[in-house]
Amino acid sequence: MTTEKNSKPELILSNPPHLRTDQSLRKIMWMVVIALLPATAYSVYLYGLKVLFPIITAIIAAVAAEALYQALMKKPVTVSDGSAVITGLLLAMNVPPDAPIWMIAIGSAFAIIIAKQLFGGLGFNIFNPALAARAFLIASWPVEMTARWHKFSATNVFSTDIINSCLSQKALEVVTQATPLAALKEAPAQLKEMYTPISCFYDLIFSTTSFKSLFIGNIGGCIGETSVLFLLIGGLFLLYKRVITWHIPVAFISTVAVFICIYYLLTDFPHPLKGTLYHILSGGLFLGAIFMATDMVTSPVTEKGMIIFGVGCGIITSVIRLWGGYPEGVSYSILLMNATVPLIDRYTKPRIFGEPES
Amino acid sequence: MLISFKGGIHPPENKGITEDIAFSNLSVPHLCYIPLQQHTGKPAKPVVQIGDSVLEGQLIGEADGFISANVHASVPGKVVEIQEYPTLNSKRDLCVVIEAEGAFSTFHENASQIEWEKLDKDEIVNEISNAGIVGLGGAAFPTAVKLSPPESKRIDTLIINGAECEPYLTVDDMLMQTFPREILEGIRITLKALGIERAYIGIENNKSKAIASIKRELSRMPLTETIEVSTLKTKYPQGAEKQLIYSILKREVPSGGLPMDTGIVVQNVGTIFAIREAIVLKKPLFERYITITGRITNKPGNYKIRIGTRISDLVEDCGGLKENPAKIIMGGPMCGISLDSMEIPVVKGTSGLLFLGRDEVALEDYHTCIRCGKCVSACPVNLLPNELGTAIEKNRMDIVEELHPFDCIMCGCCSYICPSKRPLSHFIKLAQEKLRKRK
Repeated sequence: MTTEKNSKPELILSNPPHLRTDQSLRKIMWMVVIALLPATAYSVYLYGLKVLFPIITAIIAAVAAEALYQALMKKPVTVSDGSAVITGLLLAMNVPPDAPIWMIAIGSAFAIIIAKQLFGGLGFNIFNPALAARAFLIASWPVEMTARWHKFSATNVFSTDIINSCLSQKALEVVTQATPLAALKEAPAQLKEMYTPISCFYDLIFSTTSFKSLFIGNIGGCIGETSVLFLLIGGLFLLYKRVITWHIPVAFISTVAVFICIYYLLTDFPHPLKGTLYHILSGGLFLGAIFMATDMVTSPVTEKGMIIFGVGCGIITSVIRLWGGYPEGVSYSILLMNATVPLIDRYTKPRIFGEPES
Repeated sequence: MLISFKGGIHPPENKGITEDIAFSNLSVPHLCYIPLQQHTGKPAKPVVQIGDSVLEGQLIGEADGFISANVHASVPGKVVEIQEYPTLNSKRDLCVVIEAEGAFSTFHENASQIEWEKLDKDEIVNEISNAGIVGLGGAAFPTAVKLSPPESKRIDTLIINGAECEPYLTVDDMLMQTFPREILEGIRITLKALGIERAYIGIENNKSKAIASIKRELSRMPLTETIEVSTLKTKYPQGAEKQLIYSILKREVPSGGLPMDTGIVVQNVGTIFAIREAIVLKKPLFERYITITGRITNKPGNYKIRIGTRISDLVEDCGGLKENPAKIIMGGPMCGISLDSMEIPVVKGTSGLLFLGRDEVALEDYHTCIRCGKCVSACPVNLLPNELGTAIEKNRMDIVEELHPFDCIMCGCCSYICPSKRPLSHFIKLAQEKLRKRK
């Protein structure tokens, strides 16, 4: 506590500085919530009001878990700081739209109690709570977490381009039943079995209308991850409000771009640049890079450290996407890099002013 | 081109309250409480007794040792008391109390001026020492000591600190606007005292009138020395010695070192003005210019005051306050000291008085660190205030020692910027005291 003492004219005594920024913990947390609203609103537009159930459940469960835990542990209840709301909302954005409600509630409780409070609460957790919970849910209920995607019609995603497409109706179903990354990873093999030429597939998924859908977000995926456009709007808001800096998102996304592009060039992929763009716009890259890798508690404190962290996330994401068992690797990449943060911080300590270069 | 340093913050400036208000004199107080310890170092020894009559500017306290400073009577009159009264930092210090009476105005611009060009280096330093001049920017380090570096340190440049990066304060700005000729003369005297030929005046670019005023005077004055204005980016703590030196000359004062280790002496604009008065008018330091400001003051402004005037007298004399103050700060809001009484006298190092109302004083609990890293980006000396704060809270002094707590310049940027409102610079200060006691 700052020392305060009242003397005769009731003058307040405290140590300098006597001015403080008007930024506060609470404001930062609620600004993140506001920044997530465009993408959340878009998901409601996309999936209908029913998607509000998982979102509201996740938030209520997270806030309740925090309040309950803190009350039981006889700690001050700090749910009004908004951090549990963010955790709940982020978790909801990271599950499929048709995921069972009970599972989401368990995920929120796991995020708050196991991943956050048991580590000491806000500021002391090593892993991003929402992502730790997502990993826990994928391990516990893999079918619910990875096989229940919302089905979009091919006309919805590819618009008029399907008329010109040389894919058969059956082949189209293979392409549109999963998420864009799953389609890219698994469809070629399936199409081969159907004796469908692979170029028909690439022509369709790398068409202008396909990229447009990826950018706007009317494609399969987790509740809040599909719309690059609306995630970007939220990200720019956070940048403008100086809640986040550019270092992690830019390092993360550009590393994925460079890595994938080099891989495609080296492997003679027919459309290296379009394939790279497809990777960037698909999956949870923007949600992860803008909203989860930038989580202050679980990312490095120096700018240099943030870039190393972002590059690391980008490399791991690319490796999982290209060679891993899952089509998507954003959340695991962030969790793995979370674990390296103390190390990164240790080796990126800035040189003290006036100390010789070491 | 604007020059600057790494890190720092941009607090609201609040200089608009007083920046265009020309200097005026406040009246002489009936009773003057002059502390014998107004400087870094040993307190002065009283050389007057109760009942003595003193003249304006007469020596009343004599420097005790090398790092100490003379103290003079701010008003002519009678010594009525020599005893302890409340001063800064909730301390009590020996004060000479003088009841004003008799004649003023011994020291005039048009009185016979000394031709300082004829004085040599040692004579100038000696006069400065006799006049009791200390750093007027706030640190109050005896100026004569600063101007007598050991033989082993070769000084090549004088830097004049006119950055005035503290929010609210405008006294240095107004000094440069009002007295450019006197300041340039003071710089030339100081250069002579140091035996060097090169000086830079660092001014933040939000003080365009001051910059123009000094530049205009420079173009008029035929100079043998090199004196230049360095326009600095407006950023706190641009006026911190190490940061100022880096901004202007890109030299880094070594960790644990002093400006003279890089061949530089830094003097505040107000000190330069006082040096000129001491040499040219033979006037000791018994009055100075300060900013009295704050939303709740009725007549904020830049005033000339007598050292030893109590704050209650000053407040009454400049129109009183609109409401009861919640906080009174001596100095600026970033580094200044909050006062526990209105009866504390203004001292040589007082650059301003800031009065804050209840709604301007934040009283918030602090929270845990969320590792946002804003303090790390803001720290001008590249410390990790976040880690220092957490280690100090856990009393892990072994970790604290590895995090360079003694390199902290106490600028307060980390505390200012922290969204969790953690009093980080206060924590670091506590750690310094703890570690010093241990050694």
